[in-house]
Amino acid sequence: MTEEAGPQPAAQARPDPPGGTSQPGSSRSLAHGKLEADVAIVGGGIVGSSAALFLRRLGLSVVLLERGLCGASASGVNYGGVRINGRAPVQLPLALRSRALWEQLPALIGIDGEYQRSGHLKVARSEADLASLQAYADRVRDVGAPLELEMVTGAAFRRRYPWLGPRAIGACWSPGDGHANPRLVSPAFALAARAAGARVIEHCEVRHCSHDGRAFVLADGQGLEVRAPWLLNCAGAWALPLARRFGDDAPMSSIHPGMAVTEPMPLFMDINIGVEGGGIYGRQTGRGNCVLGGSRGDARDPLHAQPRAAAMAELCQRIAELFPPLAHAHIIRFWSGVEGALPDHQPVIGPGSRHAQLLHAFGFCGAGFQTGPAVGEALAHWVAHGRPTVPLDAFGIHRFSSTTTLKEHA
Amino acid sequence: MTVVAIVGAGPAGLRAAEQLVAAGLRPVLLDESPRVGGQIYRQPPPALQRPARELYGFAAPRAQALFDRWAALQPQVDHCPGTLAWHLQDRRLHLLQDGLPSTLRFDALVLATGATDRVLPFPGWTLPGVFTLGAAQVALKAQATLLGPRIVFAGTGPLLYLVAWQYAKAGADVRAVLDVAPSDAPRRALPQLLSRPGLALQGALLLARLRLMGVPVQRGVRLLGADGDARVQALRWQAAGQTRSTPCDAVAFGHGLRSETQLADLAGCAFDWDEVDQAWLPRCDAQGRSSVPGVYLAGDGAAIRGADAAERAGARAAQALLADLGRPVPPPTPAPPADERWRRALQALSPLPAGWAAHTPDELLVCRCEEITAGELRAEARHSGAHELNRLKALTRIGMGRCQGRMCGAAAARLLAHAAGVPLQAVGRLRTQPPVKPVPVQALAAAAPPAMPVPEDQRDD
Repeated sequence: MTEEAGPQPAAQARPDPPGGTSQPGSSRSLAHGKLEADVAIVGGGIVGSSAALFLRRLGLSVVLLERGLCGASASGVNYGGVRINGRAPVQLPLALRSRALWEQLPALIGIDGEYQRSGHLKVARSEADLASLQAYADRVRDVGAPLELEMVTGAAFRRRYPWLGPRAIGACWSPGDGHANPRLVSPAFALAARAAGARVIEHCEVRHCSHDGRAFVLADGQGLEVRAPWLLNCAGAWALPLARRFGDDAPMSSIHPGMAVTEPMPLFMDINIGVEGGGIYGRQTGRGNCVLGGSRGDARDPLHAQPRAAAMAELCQRIAELFPPLAHAHIIRFWSGVEGALPDHQPVIGPGSRHAQLLHAFGFCGAGFQTGPAVGEALAHWVAHGRPTVPLDAFGIHRFSSTTTLKEHA
Repeated sequence: MTVVAIVGAGPAGLRAAEQLVAAGLRPVLLDESPRVGGQIYRQPPPALQRPARELYGFAAPRAQALFDRWAALQPQVDHCPGTLAWHLQDRRLHLLQDGLPSTLRFDALVLATGATDRVLPFPGWTLPGVFTLGAAQVALKAQATLLGPRIVFAGTGPLLYLVAWQYAKAGADVRAVLDVAPSDAPRRALPQLLSRPGLALQGALLLARLRLMGVPVQRGVRLLGADGDARVQALRWQAAGQTRSTPCDAVAFGHGLRSETQLADLAGCAFDWDEVDQAWLPRCDAQGRSSVPGVYLAGDGAAIRGADAAERAGARAAQALLADLGRPVPPPTPAPPADERWRRALQALSPLPAGWAAHTPDELLVCRCEEITAGELRAEARHSGAHELNRLKALTRIGMGRCQGRMCGAAAARLLAHAAGVPLQAVGRLRTQPPVKPVPVQALAAAAPPAMPVPEDQRDD
């Protein structure tokens, strides 16, 4: 049997996504009545949950509203990379602060989340890629960021990483990076916030929001109303409706990274791997399963993504090429998730243009898991002390509104 | 050309093919096994051929009729044996046939994916020598091999007695048949059993023959554990307040069957809770139409009704499919009400052991793939407040291993419902992700187009 030519038929309508409406497991929240807090947070991903935790540590009262389950969307189903290597220099202060928080994860959330400071190796497949990695390392050194990057090439490279395929010719090694299990870490931030006294309400979708001159008012349309002078918009790929409600906008799109995991394999890859130019990344868990990403999935419905069949083959091809020991491994699961991305590959973090006490934090373009803990901490300090713990100026939402502003002024 | 695909070449799939061929279509019949027949009428490799009577017992005439029909149909069907349908997306099946990838675009699809053992584990179930009933049957039918020599059959459901008898008849030393269903289950199920008096009589005869052969049959059993060092040496059990240990070299166990529904899930079918099977099943009408246009369900993959009903359901689903394609078809065969009553009878005859979750010790390994114990599941449910199965999966890895929950899902759902104090259906069901069964990296890589540079917006670096 062979592939037939011709266009692919359109997707079928899907009346009931799995885990969707016919599942009583996703019953609505039972919270009713009026709640008041210093801060309301929309979105229980790693950013919102971390913010809730740090706000509690600073003594502020918090209500966090999550449409589904905390840490179950992009924060919980991402690849699990905890690396700075390759991040834009503008993100380094935030990423380095987050690295310090990752190092004290058990003290923060009560579990180690399978975090391993394994190091991260960014591989080059051509001399041009190698030059590009070298340029990055030089740039990082010039701005004084203590990443301790090391270029590894030639015979030393082959000796250190004999399990990489022959197309890999060298790499940039970042010893302080690592990886962790997002399924454990992100929900644990929400549980820790709750244990610290935050009111975390799951299965609660915000349907109405306004500002009455003194406070933000959020309602789920089912009897719950939350009033708070501060509002944190941490709703990930779904953050725009809330932003627009208060006069802000950003050209955010949804991306659906394609991922795969193998059966447990003998341990051979003890570090987190990426590639200059992208398309494939991989890590091996303590149990031996290899988690691999690259290529793209599709939206299945507004809340879920699914891996794309053609992309699965493409990913497998890249796996077999970069990781020869995995050529005969079995893939036991493919999956995808929904993540917010912005055209300049930087997140939106900062106040709304009309409300100084509305703070946005969304659109992390793949870097949210590593930076999430520090973003939450920065937001908490912003609320409590009027300024974040690290400079965030580059991430303001106003960077997308210059044309709008000009028009308004004209 | 209209492409109609059938997944599964058991009784349902073969009868669906028969109807489609009669209407002038040439269906594509996909099946993982090298030969047709499904699990129930599994055929040995040609070199091990044995008479149908020996292989299928009193079901031999039905099996033979099906094979005879297949022999006539075969030239008009594109039969793809040894083919795993590992994914379904956008009206396209993704296949692996003898290690080679391909895809099949279809206009209409009959899912006749059958069932596997429903496994409620007990202490010691991972010892070498402990098998599922299905595996014991595969050994006998496909490989002409007996597990044992001394073997105990345990669990519940019609398969328990059928496989025990097949083993006894083939000369195995069957030490006991231990049914976890209450002693009065047959009496309670009697009114519904009479919906198919012939089948009910066959069941009674089976039991009588087992007893005539001197096989002890015990009902109302609680399985305490399989004991042994390197492999199983005895099965410990309790009945009527007494604890006993039956020495043996093998144990075959199962607790009825569970529908294989992953492809229906990937197709986007809506699922409903089914009280009779105590499982989430893909929604379908009396003809087998799922909630997704062009996708039809038949046989045990839609709900556990057994092989005879599966043949009728396969024919009906194909008739519905033809009618929906606008083909002239005879008025569809209505589903006999007895099929539904028989389904209820099967479940009434072999209810799952009440209190299984409560009795299960913390140290019991529930998930073999990821090595997760009942205690870990309970502790996580307590700690996180999780009361939804996919949440428990994310937090504990239950259902995340090689079997993707096909083996451990039923047990995990029961433990979670018990720990959370909610009804079984309230914990939901495990979402299906491709592949339906594990696929090798190299095999899928072969399906990829020549490597291209990664587009700028997909770099992920």
